[in-house]
Amino acid sequence: MPAPFILDRSSVTQVMAWVLMALLPGIWVYVWIFGPGILVTLSLATATALAAEAAMLKARGYPVKPFLTDLSAIVTAWLLALSLPSLAPWWLIVTGTLFAIVVAKHLYGGLGQNIFNPAMVGYAVLIVSFPVQMTQWAGPVALTETPLTLAQSASVIFGFDSTKATLDAVTMATPLDALRTGLLQQLTVDEIMTHSIFGHYGGLGFEWLAAAFLLGGLLLWALRIISWQVPLAFLAGIWLAAGFLHFFDAGRFGAPWFHLFAPSVMLGAFFIATDPVSGATTPRGKLIFGFGAGLLTIIIRTWGGYPDGVAFAILLMNLSVPLIDAWTQPRIYGEARKTREPPA
Amino acid sequence: MSRTLHTFKGGVHPPGHKTESNSRPVHAALLPNKLVIPMRQHMGNPAKPTVKVGDRVLKGQLIGEADGYISAAVHASSSGIVTAIDLQQVPHVSGLPDLCITIETDGRDEWIDHGALDYQAMALSDLRMKLRDMGIAGLGGAVFPSAVKLDPGAHAIPTLIINGGECEPWITCDDVLMRTHAEEIMQGVAVMRHLLGSTEIIVGIEENKPEAIAAMKTAATRLDFTVEVVAVPAIYPGGGAKQMIETLTGKQVPSGKLSTDIGIQVFNVGTAHALARAVHHGEPLISRLVTVTGHVLRPQNIVALIGTPIHALIEIAGDRDGATGVLMGGPMMGVPMPGQDVPVIKATNCLLVKSKDLFPPLPRALPCIRCTRCADACPAELQPQELFRFAKANEFGRAQEYHLFDCIECGCCSYVCPSHIPLVDFYRYAKSEIWAREKDKRASDLARERHEFRQFRLEREKKEKAEKLAAKAQAKRAEITADPTASGAPDADAKKALIAAALARAQAKKADIIPRNTDHLAPDTRHVIEEIEARRAKIRELAHQPLETDEKKP
Repeated sequence: MPAPFILDRSSVTQVMAWVLMALLPGIWVYVWIFGPGILVTLSLATATALAAEAAMLKARGYPVKPFLTDLSAIVTAWLLALSLPSLAPWWLIVTGTLFAIVVAKHLYGGLGQNIFNPAMVGYAVLIVSFPVQMTQWAGPVALTETPLTLAQSASVIFGFDSTKATLDAVTMATPLDALRTGLLQQLTVDEIMTHSIFGHYGGLGFEWLAAAFLLGGLLLWALRIISWQVPLAFLAGIWLAAGFLHFFDAGRFGAPWFHLFAPSVMLGAFFIATDPVSGATTPRGKLIFGFGAGLLTIIIRTWGGYPDGVAFAILLMNLSVPLIDAWTQPRIYGEARKTREPPA
Repeated sequence: MSRTLHTFKGGVHPPGHKTESNSRPVHAALLPNKLVIPMRQHMGNPAKPTVKVGDRVLKGQLIGEADGYISAAVHASSSGIVTAIDLQQVPHVSGLPDLCITIETDGRDEWIDHGALDYQAMALSDLRMKLRDMGIAGLGGAVFPSAVKLDPGAHAIPTLIINGGECEPWITCDDVLMRTHAEEIMQGVAVMRHLLGSTEIIVGIEENKPEAIAAMKTAATRLDFTVEVVAVPAIYPGGGAKQMIETLTGKQVPSGKLSTDIGIQVFNVGTAHALARAVHHGEPLISRLVTVTGHVLRPQNIVALIGTPIHALIEIAGDRDGATGVLMGGPMMGVPMPGQDVPVIKATNCLLVKSKDLFPPLPRALPCIRCTRCADACPAELQPQELFRFAKANEFGRAQEYHLFDCIECGCCSYVCPSHIPLVDFYRYAKSEIWAREKDKRASDLARERHEFRQFRLEREKKEKAEKLAAKAQAKRAEITADPTASGAPDADAKKALIAAALARAQAKKADIIPRNTDHLAPDTRHVIEEIEARRAKIRELAHQPLETDEKKP
């Protein structure tokens, strides 16, 4: 073996473990605000992801243990689970996870080779294919008369008790849904915001979830597992785009703080857009990538067919990564300080 | 004296492991029974042996002379008999043998006549040639012949930097040398200043060597010129020449250029010491300080004669069971030794004995996840993850566009990689492939030119032959039509006449050939010859190019 003969104590497993740790505050707040159903979703997604990962590794002739213990499949599973509606049926969770691991990850070449973020591919497939089931969000516990217990949540998710009546009793439109529906009914933003689902900045409870994801994200930044460029540019893109629209017509466009404090934005900014494999690598490229994703999120939320646009925004930016990287190659040591043609 | 320090991008902080070896006193040189002295110890052309098997040589005697400008001489490290001039295993990663002179020492350690040079009275170019003939080369690692670096040429070198960075973990030979020989180092610096005409002299030492900094500062106060001794942050590879320049001056050496292009020259402290020994004592470079550390009982620094087998040094430091190999150099850039019989050479700054505990086998590499920690750590400010991708895919053109050849192979990227990819290995592979392909391309271009020329020549010969035959046939036909009797009744007279005519033709032809066949020719024949000559000239012109390239090839 040639030099160097020593290594820093870091590993892919360690990086992934920190990402999972940083999601814990968010999961805790999730349980607190929406009830324990998310734990069922997380477990099911994790089990499916590990099984699919092991099967695909075996099928592709890779050693199972070193790749299964890198924890990357669990990160994908958790990110997808946290993006799904909290009372999504079991087959939705399994389908999304399988698509993420089998198609978006392994059919693209496995760890490090996927162009698109696997969790977001899984999410996009589900929202395009099963738009109705993708709205089964439990309302915040504070607004629900009889919140579901863990067992009740499980029976809803696994379909033992998923009659329309049960679901109607516990599900509720998300704040973004409410905003979208309200705007379609020609209500003004101020009128819509009087609904009980809205809190101080974002949705009631949702804003706390967003804050918890923000906290976890700051932890990842403090540990230098993620760099500041992508989250900051992403949030700036959201804030500037939403602020611009809101400034011109506050009646038709939500406030920038409202858009910023959606959980999907914080999860997207700190945990999904920062996925190194599918993101830009150069410092300037990361800024462009993050800003573009933020901008597209607001465009999709405002004019697109879906209430939220984080997933599609990130997938679209994933597509642009090779171009962004090629055009933003930084100046190297000793290179003249001038603008440079991109390498062909 | 406070200097504004600058920071270079990247770098890592591996554990230093300096105290193991820098706390013991320096061990004096030992005299082995046999010295194996390679002719290729420096950059540039290897030295040419000047002794024969059976010759008695004295300590310090020239045994290999410098071959050309970028070269350095090689000397006997002790007195004895030359017993072999042949290929021996040398401290190179390839394990391939190289030309060495073997000296059976006689134990008398008898010096040649030597004494101080009156260097201030010498012409600068004479002094430089003298240093080349005393074998002075950079002891920091690259072993570049110092005489070349001490020639400012067309450049002005206002800034002279003396590098005492020694950022590689485990190595302490420069540290110990500065603690013990600060004054001699400064004497060497004075000679460098004399040769380069520098006005600003800075010694950069990493701040983890307080004793060395103190010793050098004290030595600096005794000089009649100003030397600034500066403590720089301890960060790997802060002791790299380009990094030291940026830390001390804030300037970057332009990509593809030399530091002299921006008026700066850098020498290692060991080189300054060797220079002082050469100038003030007339001693050629026949020994150096070597750190022997790692998995040994008594890690320490040892003065070693060039040519001493490395096992002799490891025995002094106390070899232990469980050694898993020896590195020449440190853990970041060191080279694994093919065995313990290889000799100490001018480049040997450290012998690092490995063990399973100190250097556990590297974990299995996982795929790159593009986390860009390598890019954050790269002091050349490259994008190692992209270079890796291109090297792995054999896309060498792209790798070069992404500045592969600006990589200094410091190993920072591999060190931080969470996927444990031996990145530097991929860059070395890509570089060697590119070199090999360029060589192949030159060779195949040459072969193609030769082949095309041969085809051309064969074609030409064929055509010439055909033309000759055609001309002959035409001449014959003309003759026959001019002489109707030839085709008429075949009577005896006509036959005779024909024979006579043929004879006359043969006579005439003979007469033509004997003087010079270019005289007295029919205009059409002359025309044909002129055409042939013109083609020949063209061929010569075509042939000229490949032949010249051929000669230029080494």
